Amino acid sequence: MSTIGYDSWAVDLAEVGPVYPFQGSEFILFLLGLAFWIGWHRIQYTRESAHLEEARKAGDPEKMRELVEKY
Amino acid sequence: MDGNLNALTTVFTEFYYWVTIVFMFLIHVGFCMYEVGASRRRNHMHTLMKNVMIIPLVTVTFFFFGWWIYWAFPNAFPGMGGIGYEAGAPYTPWSENMGTHLGDRITGVFWAAFLLFSWTAASIVSGSVIERIRSSALWLHAVMIGSVWWIIDAAWGWHWDGWMVKVLGYHDAYASGVIHAIAGGYALGVIMVLGPRLGKFAKDGTPRDIPPHNPWMLTIGIFLIYTGFWGFYAACNVPIISPEVIDGQIVGTTWTATNIYLSPTTLSAITFNFLMSLSGGLMAAYVVSKGDAFWTFSGGLAGIITASAGNDLYHPIQAMLVGAVGVVIVYKLHYWVERKFKLDDAVGAVAVHGYSGVVGLIIAGFMLWGAPSSPYDGYAAINPVGQIIGAVIMFGLLGFLPGWGLAKLQAMAGVLRIPPEVELQGLDYAEHHAYEDAKADIIEADKRRLAAQAADAK
Repeated sequence: MSTIGYDSWAVDLAEVGPVYPFQGSEFILFLLGLAFWIGWHRIQYTRESAHLEEARKAGDPEKMRELVEKY
Repeated sequence: MDGNLNALTTVFTEFYYWVTIVFMFLIHVGFCMYEVGASRRRNHMHTLMKNVMIIPLVTVTFFFFGWWIYWAFPNAFPGMGGIGYEAGAPYTPWSENMGTHLGDRITGVFWAAFLLFSWTAASIVSGSVIERIRSSALWLHAVMIGSVWWIIDAAWGWHWDGWMVKVLGYHDAYASGVIHAIAGGYALGVIMVLGPRLGKFAKDGTPRDIPPHNPWMLTIGIFLIYTGFWGFYAACNVPIISPEVIDGQIVGTTWTATNIYLSPTTLSAITFNFLMSLSGGLMAAYVVSKGDAFWTFSGGLAGIITASAGNDLYHPIQAMLVGAVGVVIVYKLHYWVERKFKLDDAVGAVAVHGYSGVVGLIIAGFMLWGAPSSPYDGYAAINPVGQIIGAVIMFGLLGFLPGWGLAKLQAMAGVLRIPPEVELQGLDYAEHHAYEDAKADIIEADKRRLAAQAADAK
């Protein structure tokens, strides 16, 4: 019993193909990967929007002047 | 792998691509340094983050669909045969070949070599939009240019079976068009909608120079890009292959390196031409810009890009002259466009990559007129008309239009550009405030401790 389909390397390598665990679950892995990617964009977009809105209102004139002069 | 010679060839090819991938990582390091050096202090961290996150986002999407597009789309153009589902099947993200597979030692490294080109395409766009684009907007563009548009153009014009090669005789051995023209065109489309940085143009429309905050970072950045570009050249070749495997018109039994179209070339030839076109570009840029450091260094890159379409076949002195001519055209064009259309291309990416790529394709059409575009029967020979149509497809159809279209949609939704208040105080405002507050706090604490020690000593 092995998750990769081999429990010993006593094999002819010419006949060995994939050796990752849980072969057969590739499409499910793909769907999980897609969800991770799209979810990331969603989280990032929401946070950035909030960050920019906060920044837009946060302008302390003195600090802003200092930042503009920091080339 | 049957037979020791086949095994050795396969393992050599695997290692060869792996080395080029590591070299090409330097392109991205260089782009990061270049962008940060060009940006102002108040935007450093966001500029860096914007470019760094291109790496994972383009990587995962190139795994999910980019690599499949390359293999399935060579003839996906009206009248050319459509999408090749069978050819693309081994490269779907759920294929066994797209994983740890002891019977396939090439797919992973070949995928990664193309992936590094994808990062480059996205990073070229990233440079031109610094200091005013929302990161979320840029990252969507990065996925589109890096994992969709450029790889469609690669399937069409940078694949042994691509319809542009067969029908147009399109020749672009080291990617003047398939990476640089498309990315420059895409960047142009985005900055047209995005608009210039605040203060870039005076009220009367005169452009203001926004100098880099750190020219040294720019210099080291561009030298790293040169180095990575050298690796890119090697990655564009198939390192060793027999005529029998090519199965085209080549006769005899002499094994060879080939370009991406499986036409013969040598690493030696492209090393000559890489260095000579770099030199031609640097020398011409120094003269035309009157010794301006930014343009001289960028001119080296523009020289290579201009000569790249034909650098598998040019004589080294031809490569030098092509690089030099390209740089003069590109330099003049950049300032004409800036004045005429009030466009702010923060790092000159549209010019250095886009215009150089277009000029390089067209020159190659004349220089290599009549040369075979492929080792296979029935393919059109290289010719100026095919190259000009190819340049329009790369820069305009697959570059400018998608970039402009997506940017327009983002602008309409109000998610393209940062608010002007934030642009003025800088994207790193929160980090700067936190930094300044933390600094003031620790200095005050140290002063109190010193005062207490002095009091105790008394």
